[in-house]
Amino acid sequence: MLKIDELKVSYGGIEAVKGITFEVPDGKIVTLIGANGAGKSTTLRTIAGLVKPAHGRIHLQGDDITALSPDRIVSKGITLVPEGRHVFPDLTVLENLKIGAYLRKDSLEDDLNWVYELFPRLKERSWQAAGTLSGGEQQMLAVGRALMSRPKIIMMDEPSLGLAPIVVKGIFDIIREINHQGVTVLLIEQNANMALRIADVGYVLETGRITLTGSGRELLNNENVKKAYLGT
Amino acid sequence: MIQDRKSRKGAVAGVVFALAVLLLVVVLENLSTFLGTGAVPSVLLPTSQLFQVLKKAAVYSLVAVSMNLLNGFTGLFSLGQAGFMLLGAYTYAILTVPVSAKDTVYYLYGGSAVNFSLPDLFGGLDTPTGLILGVVLAILLGGCVAAFFAFLIGLPVLRLKSDYLAIATLGFAEIIRAVFQWQALGPVTNGANMITQIPSFNNFNLTDANGTVILRLSTFFPFLIAILCIAVIVMLINSSYGRAFKAIREDEIAAEAMGINLAKHKMLSFCISSFFAGVGGALFAMFVNNAQAKVYTSTMTYEILLIVVIGGIGSISGSCLATFLYVACSEWWLRFLDNTQAFSSPTDMSRILFIVLFAAAVVGVSAMLIRRRRKTGDAFWKELIVWIVGLLLMVWWVWFIISGSLTIPFARNGFRMVVFSIIIMIVVLFFRRGMMGDKEFTDLLFRRKKTSEEVAK
Repeated sequence: MLKIDELKVSYGGIEAVKGITFEVPDGKIVTLIGANGAGKSTTLRTIAGLVKPAHGRIHLQGDDITALSPDRIVSKGITLVPEGRHVFPDLTVLENLKIGAYLRKDSLEDDLNWVYELFPRLKERSWQAAGTLSGGEQQMLAVGRALMSRPKIIMMDEPSLGLAPIVVKGIFDIIREINHQGVTVLLIEQNANMALRIADVGYVLETGRITLTGSGRELLNNENVKKAYLGT
Repeated sequence: MIQDRKSRKGAVAGVVFALAVLLLVVVLENLSTFLGTGAVPSVLLPTSQLFQVLKKAAVYSLVAVSMNLLNGFTGLFSLGQAGFMLLGAYTYAILTVPVSAKDTVYYLYGGSAVNFSLPDLFGGLDTPTGLILGVVLAILLGGCVAAFFAFLIGLPVLRLKSDYLAIATLGFAEIIRAVFQWQALGPVTNGANMITQIPSFNNFNLTDANGTVILRLSTFFPFLIAILCIAVIVMLINSSYGRAFKAIREDEIAAEAMGINLAKHKMLSFCISSFFAGVGGALFAMFVNNAQAKVYTSTMTYEILLIVVIGGIGSISGSCLATFLYVACSEWWLRFLDNTQAFSSPTDMSRILFIVLFAAAVVGVSAMLIRRRRKTGDAFWKELIVWIVGLLLMVWWVWFIISGSLTIPFARNGFRMVVFSIIIMIVVLFFRRGMMGDKEFTDLLFRRKKTSEEVAK
């Protein structure tokens, strides 16, 4: 279980996250929803070790991982799929996947097959430069690359960004599939509707604070959430 | 990547190619020894420009590849290469001046503070062990010193990105150059004077008791060291470390999110690159037969940068190929541009060759422009200019053949560098990816082979 305690993060003088506390139970899909600037991405980046928090602690299975460097956090089993995909454009799909497994010294064969099974499209394009893939395929590659590190928790920053609705649906199916196979998912989304549908637990973030907590279904039916994020 | 799929084939091709080059060098160098000086064309005599060019190019190709490792594969734009070469060259020179020569070399300072010499420790320069062990060890130590300094300045400097990193490393190289000319360090560095009497490539020629050369290895030696070092760099690039370097080049955020320790890998790449620049510097000292701080200016770094850009950023074979072309042009083929009176003989092979190459380049550029015009539908004037220039060159050439001698307009001391600048401008305007892009020669080799197989089917 990942536990975030009183987390505060500032960029210069601006406090982006103002003391949030939440949990990500093992084997669940947890989603953070919120408007632009609510502090969702900052929260994920802080958990991944890319940003240092001003205050608060992050615990994974009871171990304090707050002060660890990003590579240590990856080796502890938390991987981030960054916002906007960030695949390595001039490297091939296979090389991208291999970099995902950079910290592992054991054989990659099984995991490659696993990822190729999840995303048959990537197998077809194994030798193609990642920059030549379509947006949806790049997102699949970004997810596949993160899975290559065999994470316990995979954190996804807006996987639906800039994708067609049908492609988004495919991505969310995959997220559920990954979760069924035992990987905990921490998902942040603007597309609150889709995210809450698949989430076991949801948190609503507003200007750096958590204002609402509940199961995905509860939040979907919550009047405030409907008004603010679902547009109904 | 193609290297992945064809890594075995590529490795075999690389080894075969390297061995072929080494063999070719030994044969070329020794034709005059075996057949007698009268039996070979003048270009194959040991005093020929050819061997100077080959030696210098072997040294430069190593430095260019080391710079490509940093700039092309890790994406760190550093301009400190000459500084690291200087460190390597001085380390080599200080450690190899024979003890007996120290008083003459360091006469201004009453002898050297370093009172030993590596070759002397292993039995002196006249014995094979003393020569090989001493020289190779000094070269390696030169690399180590460069790598150590790279580590020290890397700690603060590698936090910087792109232009800032370039400025900082350039500044470092200038500081190093000034420090090594400092009088107070005279007993070690010989101040602003050069350190001479160090073992050079010529020490590797095998001689008999009378001092006559039996087997020339003076060109073979720099080739051997350069090829070994480049092989190590190629292996590094194809390893998982190399993949991490490329990941950092492509996208630092994603690389960090995938668990690649940015600071560690940047430092690794910087130190390894500097190590090989240091080795290259030691070889350069052997080539020019001295170590002198004022030679390792930023101009030298720019020369190397030029080679890397022309060859293709991110291509090892491109760097090597470009080095040989660049050094041959600057030291040999374009020399005539520095003389006011050129082309005394129409049968002078190298000039004719050069003009043919030039004509080929003009045709090539215009062909490329035509293709581009078909795609974009503009730039007619560019094509026109190239054709007119090409036509004028042809007329000029014909006139040269008829008249037998010709004075080139503008040709005078330094004009060579103007031509170089024009070439680099053409490269960055039209061939931004350089000669090879980020492909290796093995890629081209095997792709071509595959298409011919398909055709056969």
